[in-house]
Amino acid sequence: MPATMLSDLCDVDALAAARSTRWRPGLAAPAHSEIFAGGSEGGGAGLALALACDALRSSLVEDEDRRAVLWVQDRAAVRLTGRPYRPGLPVELRRRLIHVVAEKAEDALFALEEGLRCRELAFVIGELTGNPKALDFTASRRLSLAAEKYGVPLWLVRLDAQRDLSSARMRWDVRAAASPAPRWNAVAPGNPSWRAELFRARAHAPGEWILRDDGRSLVAAPPHSVGVAAAAGDRPLAAG
Amino acid sequence: MWLPRLAIDRWRLGEGCARGEGPDADPLALIAETAHGPRIDAVNDAGRAAGARRGMMLADARTLCPRLKVAPSDPEGDLAFLGKLAVWAQRWGPWSALDAPDGLVIDVTAVAHLFGGETRLLADAQAAFARRRLTARLAIAPTAGAAWALSHFGPERAILQPGDDAAACLEELPVAALRLDDEVLVVLRRLGLKRLGDLHGIGRSALHRRFRNRKSPAANPLIRMDQLLGRVSEPLLPVVRRQAPLVQRRLLEPIRHRELLDQVVADLAGDMARELEGKGQGARRLEIGLWRVDGEVAMRHLELSAATRDPAHVCRLFSAKLDDVDAGFGIEMVRLRASWTEPLALEQGDIEAAAETQGTSLAACLDRLTVRLGEKAVRRPVLHASHMPERAQRWRPPLEREPAAQEELRFHARPLKLLDRAEKIAVLYATPDGHPKAFRWRGQVREIARVEGPERIAPEWWRSKSTARLRDYYRIEDTAGCRYWIYRHGLMEDGRGGLPDWFLQGLCA
Repeated sequence: MPATMLSDLCDVDALAAARSTRWRPGLAAPAHSEIFAGGSEGGGAGLALALACDALRSSLVEDEDRRAVLWVQDRAAVRLTGRPYRPGLPVELRRRLIHVVAEKAEDALFALEEGLRCRELAFVIGELTGNPKALDFTASRRLSLAAEKYGVPLWLVRLDAQRDLSSARMRWDVRAAASPAPRWNAVAPGNPSWRAELFRARAHAPGEWILRDDGRSLVAAPPHSVGVAAAAGDRPLAAG
Repeated sequence: MWLPRLAIDRWRLGEGCARGEGPDADPLALIAETAHGPRIDAVNDAGRAAGARRGMMLADARTLCPRLKVAPSDPEGDLAFLGKLAVWAQRWGPWSALDAPDGLVIDVTAVAHLFGGETRLLADAQAAFARRRLTARLAIAPTAGAAWALSHFGPERAILQPGDDAAACLEELPVAALRLDDEVLVVLRRLGLKRLGDLHGIGRSALHRRFRNRKSPAANPLIRMDQLLGRVSEPLLPVVRRQAPLVQRRLLEPIRHRELLDQVVADLAGDMARELEGKGQGARRLEIGLWRVDGEVAMRHLELSAATRDPAHVCRLFSAKLDDVDAGFGIEMVRLRASWTEPLALEQGDIEAAAETQGTSLAACLDRLTVRLGEKAVRRPVLHASHMPERAQRWRPPLEREPAAQEELRFHARPLKLLDRAEKIAVLYATPDGHPKAFRWRGQVREIARVEGPERIAPEWWRSKSTARLRDYYRIEDTAGCRYWIYRHGLMEDGRGGLPDWFLQGLCA
């Protein structure tokens, strides 16, 4: 879309719509994001990984990134959704994962903050269940500040949680969505897709998208016309 | 280097007499008390001439030679003497190891020219031992096993050059030259294998089958033979006098409060940092000991994921460990010891201040996590060679080097997360032995919309019982879009149980 057209759009909705077509979720990822997801699906961690990898890919790192990745889970998250499984991880992360199991939410927050203060980590993923008392606004603010100060992004997955007070810069609500049919076996599950609602963000208007990981980048499509978007081709919408 | 008469030589040195003179002229045996009575550990020349042998009961020996004198043997003293000898023997090489109870191994690689060749080195060593009135049999060979064999059973002062064919040179030696246990020697003798060359004569696979359950080198002639020929490595423990860096503070006044203890620990960490810096070392394991006035000692250990000597980091880690120390009536001495150190080059210091601005290093971060959350909580997944999905991944310490493993097969689609235990699901079949149409998991019924499978994974017969059932894995997507990895445990008619159960094992992204 030509840039001159943006000046013609005056109302916010149209502006947001225009931006949402140009936008790719991994571009300009904030330091601290929260992803709300159900405890009986793998979508939360899946989207967090996809967003993190997309952000890593779009940031300008010339040589191969070998920095480790910290994945912190509390005990209830391990029980609900299991532990990360190395053969199923994205290929570029398989050798780099360091996994932490914390018994309590306080320990998990400590581990997250220590991870954020470490300069040798690519990003930190946290999985917390419910709304623990320890994770109040102050704790969330600490995490945001640490992430911004040391430049290590934090992707915090909240399983089965209410939308509480938080200082995260982007807050998503994610559910699984029907995946596109693979080319060779139309009845098989395809590349993972998620119906993601961005309900609070600093740098972007809220909205709802179908996000899909096509192996190279994260593609955002409007939620109601999945078939159309798929027909339009799988190019990242940022290119359009 | 073999000292065949170490015990007797030591006794003679203690008596201060020359060989065959004074008290040594009479038959004498050194004995040890056993459950069945005194047993002879060593005999002198006169005793040997009279018929006493090592390993004989004293009563039997007395019937042969009624005037046999006895003295108690002293194995601990012999071992300590051997330890001193090992250090003394480092004059012929930079590295030596004990081969208890009566041998020494010295590494003379690239040393012989200093003595004018290997022959003259051996002559020099023989002369030195003779001056100390010790009987020694010496040999030089490329491997420790070959040197042992030559010194015990080979010619006097034998030398095996690296270019020689060791198997051919040693084939005349008896099988006892392989350092085997007695019962293995009996087995070999019954098999008619008397010389090393005989072992080459029969096939390796036959020997391997005969000794397949013997894992220890002393019980398996094949391993010993490989060590002798240098096909497998044989680690030896060197005698090196190494002192662990140690700092301590004796306190004028016993301390009972935490702030003072923290101050002492900080001082000690500073001392330790200087000590380690002088040696160019970093600590991997630290032990702190707190001596209390009433005689109790509290010890705390700390393991670090990478070598460090940063005092602030050490203090910070110890502060978590010292929370549960009971000071009692007061602590009067604190000692810090680095029992495991690794070389660490000098570098710019002041990591804590740098951490405030630039962030911590990964090793420091992992240390803090490990100290607070425990060893088991911070780990990394590594691949393990197994078909079973839950066995194909193991958890190892985070900075440990990854073991070599085969890469995952690209056409295997695996879930992002695996449950610790597969959860049982109730299913509604679409076809009798195909995939289900709907299933109930965690109290919720889900309809299956898309499915891929089965991927059949058979049980590992070399590991599991014969009644273990195979698994048919399916990747599925339900009508809501959630993707799972489920399997059927067994087949309908496989005769290994009733109707097969279904389990949900993994969650896909």
